Amino acid sequence: MAKTKTSLLAEFTKGLWQENPVLSMLLGLCPTLAVTSSAINGLSMGLAVIFTLVMSSALISLTRNLIPKEVRIPVFIIIIATFVTITDRSMAAYVPDLHKALGAFIPLIVVNCIILGRQEAFASKNNVGRSIIDALGMGIGFTMTLTVLGSIREILGSGMLFGAQVMPDAFAPWLVMILPPGAFITLGLLIGTANWINAKKG
Amino acid sequence: MKKSTNLIIVLTTTAIISGLVLASLDNVTQPIIEAHASEVLKNAVTNVLPGIESYDREIKEGVEFFLGKNLNGTIQNVAFQAVGNGFQSKLKILVGMDLEMKTILAIKVLEQMETPGLGTKIETDPSDKKNPGWFYKQFFGLNLAKEKISYLKNETPNKEKGQIMAITGATISSQAVVDIINDAIIKNRKIFLKQG
Repeated sequence: MAKTKTSLLAEFTKGLWQENPVLSMLLGLCPTLAVTSSAINGLSMGLAVIFTLVMSSALISLTRNLIPKEVRIPVFIIIIATFVTITDRSMAAYVPDLHKALGAFIPLIVVNCIILGRQEAFASKNNVGRSIIDALGMGIGFTMTLTVLGSIREILGSGMLFGAQVMPDAFAPWLVMILPPGAFITLGLLIGTANWINAKKG
Repeated sequence: MKKSTNLIIVLTTTAIISGLVLASLDNVTQPIIEAHASEVLKNAVTNVLPGIESYDREIKEGVEFFLGKNLNGTIQNVAFQAVGNGFQSKLKILVGMDLEMKTILAIKVLEQMETPGLGTKIETDPSDKKNPGWFYKQFFGLNLAKEKISYLKNETPNKEKGQIMAITGATISSQAVVDIINDAIIKNRKIFLKQG
């Protein structure tokens, strides 16, 4: 390979901040907005995405020389859908309450553009190790953002964090924060803050 | 020609492997999922039919009834599911009644995805720390021999007249619960009380 290799560490950390899927690339916004009415929902959605992303990246990177270019998208989608279904069924069996709370958004991970995007842009061109590291970085970046978003909305919208009371009793919850508008407002402010920090760094 | 054969082989193989993996996973998870669902239903039935030891399932004209029995096996009371649309989601409510279907013993919300913080109060109201289930508990003991359930706003409801208090900010969800239960009772009363 002629192109310069980025270090493994950089491959991992790029997903956390510079190329954070939500904050900088604005990918996967549908689940981001929809499930983050509480911190635990955001965190578990993130974990489900990490699992799917890492498994699909590993498998696609392993088979990247076997898959003809013409059918790569359908093959990617079948692989991703298989892992998503594994996640969905296992969650329904072992953590039914969480599965109920996340509702339709687990099956919808199939069409989450972060996952297909990483396969197309990275896993299909790189070796297994790098692909897994890339997937982990992106997945953790996604999870962190969702957890922060969910925490802010949960604290302001219901006075709780991970289901435990954190605000004084006198605090009147801002209901709008756990409704859809609260998701847009909070996400907008988060992205704005991220851009502001980047601009300050120069 | 060779190229297209290759494409077909790759896609077919991927699909077959995926199918095999998912089918074997389903073998493992399906019994667990079903066991969990029946456990949830069992808890719910014992919840809405107070004082029963066991219950039987009976299908009458396509409606599922749960017949609560005491220690001697005498049928004491009956429960059924009431399903309908809420404000933004499907509501599934289990209703427990006496054998004449005149008095509601208890109800339990089995499924709802209403607006967080407003419509979800039909199941739990976190702002009422002492009695988060105040809304659905209003239905307990309602006598519906003469009247249907109705809801009030800003007035003290009269239990004898089948009245309950609506949730502030979630009138549509409150109304949906009332309507769904009323409809189910009227429909199921006819089926259940019919002889034979």
